[in-house]
Amino acid sequence: MRKTLLKSAVGALALSLALPVTAAVAADSIYVPLFTYRTGPFAGSGTPIADGMHDYLTMLNERDGGIGGVKLTVDECETGYDTKKGLECYDSVKPKNPVIVNPWSTGITLSLIPKASVDEIPILSMAYGLSASAKGDIFPWVFNPPATYWDGLSEILKYVGGGSIDALKGKTIGYLYFDAGYGREPIPMFQALAKEVGFTLKLYPVAPANMQNQSAQWLDIRRDKPDFLVLYGWGAMNPTAIKEAVKNEFPMDKLVSIWWPNDADAASAGDGAKGFKELNWHGTGTNYPALADIQKLVIDAGKSQTPKDEIGQVLYNRGVYNSVLIAEAIAEAQKIAGKKVVTGEDVRRGLENLNIDAARLKAIGLENFAVPLNTTCADHNSHSATFVQQWDGAKWVKVSDLVGPDTARVEPLIDEAAKAYAEKNAGWPARTEACDNK
Amino acid sequence: MFYREAGQYKTTYAADLAIFPIRQDRYGLMLILIVAFVVIPAVGDQFFINTMMIPFLILSLAAIGLNLLTGYTGLLSLGTGAFMGVGAYACYKLETYFPQVNILVWIIASGFVSSAIGLAFGLPSLRIKGFYLAVATLAAQFFLEWCFARVPWLVNYNDSGAIEVPTETLFGVPVTGPTATPVTRYLVVLTIVAAMAWIASNIVHGRIGRMWMAVRDMDIAAQLIGIRLLRAKLLAFAVSSFYIGVAGALMVFMWLGAAEADAFNIDLSFDVLFMIIIGGLGSIVGAFFGAAVIHLLPIALRALPAMLDLTISSKTIDQLTYMITGVLIIVFLIVEPLGLARLWQTVKQKLRVWPFPY
Repeated sequence: MRKTLLKSAVGALALSLALPVTAAVAADSIYVPLFTYRTGPFAGSGTPIADGMHDYLTMLNERDGGIGGVKLTVDECETGYDTKKGLECYDSVKPKNPVIVNPWSTGITLSLIPKASVDEIPILSMAYGLSASAKGDIFPWVFNPPATYWDGLSEILKYVGGGSIDALKGKTIGYLYFDAGYGREPIPMFQALAKEVGFTLKLYPVAPANMQNQSAQWLDIRRDKPDFLVLYGWGAMNPTAIKEAVKNEFPMDKLVSIWWPNDADAASAGDGAKGFKELNWHGTGTNYPALADIQKLVIDAGKSQTPKDEIGQVLYNRGVYNSVLIAEAIAEAQKIAGKKVVTGEDVRRGLENLNIDAARLKAIGLENFAVPLNTTCADHNSHSATFVQQWDGAKWVKVSDLVGPDTARVEPLIDEAAKAYAEKNAGWPARTEACDNK
Repeated sequence: MFYREAGQYKTTYAADLAIFPIRQDRYGLMLILIVAFVVIPAVGDQFFINTMMIPFLILSLAAIGLNLLTGYTGLLSLGTGAFMGVGAYACYKLETYFPQVNILVWIIASGFVSSAIGLAFGLPSLRIKGFYLAVATLAAQFFLEWCFARVPWLVNYNDSGAIEVPTETLFGVPVTGPTATPVTRYLVVLTIVAAMAWIASNIVHGRIGRMWMAVRDMDIAAQLIGIRLLRAKLLAFAVSSFYIGVAGALMVFMWLGAAEADAFNIDLSFDVLFMIIIGGLGSIVGAFFGAAVIHLLPIALRALPAMLDLTISSKTIDQLTYMITGVLIIVFLIVEPLGLARLWQTVKQKLRVWPFPY
């Protein structure tokens, strides 16, 4: 049988399809692919992020003609939060010389980390991905600012402990988490802290397939009555958890989440969700000149898919923040490399020299938008402080000062994890990239 | 006319019983192998090889494995994803314990681990049949997936809970990890898949294959003519799981590069099952057809708008891809409920008698 006649026919067809795509990018623009997911079970979280990332970069093109006078070619690739499709996206954008990739999924990030140094494309996994990649000397091509999940956990515990984790002695703390790499990563640290400080830790894993069915976990939570409940959820898991908390009359101000729940997640649970808290490091709302420019030049001009009330939501602004990092890295890269059309290697150097302080934020029209960020060759994360914001039924209200991470506890964990990663992946390349820090 | 066998005389029984008795078929196969081994590595770009060919071959191998069980022996299984996971995790564990041994040895060896697990879950098949067996294998899927997620030993206590692939070499050339070129990985995968497809084809055309088909068609009758059911069914489970396990190890080591437990979820099981249903139950070539429809068709569809210079948002493209793929699957199954392999047979028959059909 000519078993693969169809195969080769499809192959030839696909080959002819794949080729024209590769040569489309003009030489005088900077290619920034955005991996997004507007479909699938995580679309609820993915869509506002995709809109925010897309709109800020488009706004730069419209307002400033790109960065440093060079237009950005912004291109979305739909991953559906699926690792296989993410890799397909990566392979499809690679021939177009992307200067940076944003995987927006821990699974895709893990697959791309080993490729980054070989393909010379830096990875920006903003506050997700592999926590250990904060170590720039082991992961020169991977960046996860502004804080890791371990930082986030220590910040939540410090906050509920009233400024010190040690105050939690004798309490019971619940941990409701997405049972995959992301939610599981903080557990060893959580357990070590429970032992050291002397609080009781109760784990409530939610399997990815059962994100919208958490009744079993909440039955346990009702029984255990934890003093505080820490939530690490994503996609459809967040609104479900908040709804269940309301249904089970769990005191909302005792439910503190990592930075991922969006406005819509809290709003979907109705008035009962009032008092729900989460970490954040950037502003919500639209009261910033840059966001006004987005409204005027991008959304009103019909160059975006953003629905009217989405701008200003937590995850929309998170997407904007992600693009601010991209833009700042490119601008910094242009400065360091002394040329306008930068490459992935230049942007890597830019990402290592980010210094987004209050003055810089003001200059780009985002005064008081975010906490300062400072990366170095050794520190690809900046381990920023975050604040706690509370849902008042219609918007988020900032209810705490900045809470910094428990560096003394987080730092050794990151060192150890980074070392273990390099050891387990025999032949992990030693850093040869030069450092531009002054 | 186009496909004439006139003048091809068989002078031995062996020639008459050959898998490819007609000369055109043998030339066709040779041509395909030349294209696969020489032309594609020479002209294919990275996207084509990495994203289309490597996954296509790996999924074809998994589909061949499932076809041995479901198509040839008639035992419905929904545990394919989990058995691929067993292969992947076994290969990872073996590789990290004995990194000095060549990775290809471990990829094949992980098939045996998967085979052993498959045997264990195949035991109930003697007593339960059809949908009930599907449910039993569904239990295997959930149980094994739970193990991948919950047994930290399987991932060497990694914080990320994922298995990662180190760089391994073959004759000094890296075959896994980021430095392995797509062409190298493609050739390794192609060699393994071609060899295993050849072996599978020989198995199903021989005594064992006939035994399996007898069990599929009527197991009581098979028992009456002297086939030991337990043995036949367990053998099917073992061989099938071996193929699926090797496919799983290849998937992580040659394609994904890192994998979380979620990569082996029930969706993967269904994908492979759809491949054999669309391609044709009980056909080796059908596994390739099915993998092409399920894996390559959506990629080709996604690439289409860019080629035609249409600006459609990535989300719409994705949704259109799902819809068109779904419609095409229904059309294929209406046109030929027995799968693409059967369609190909029909086409061949038509070509043979054209232009004088009788």
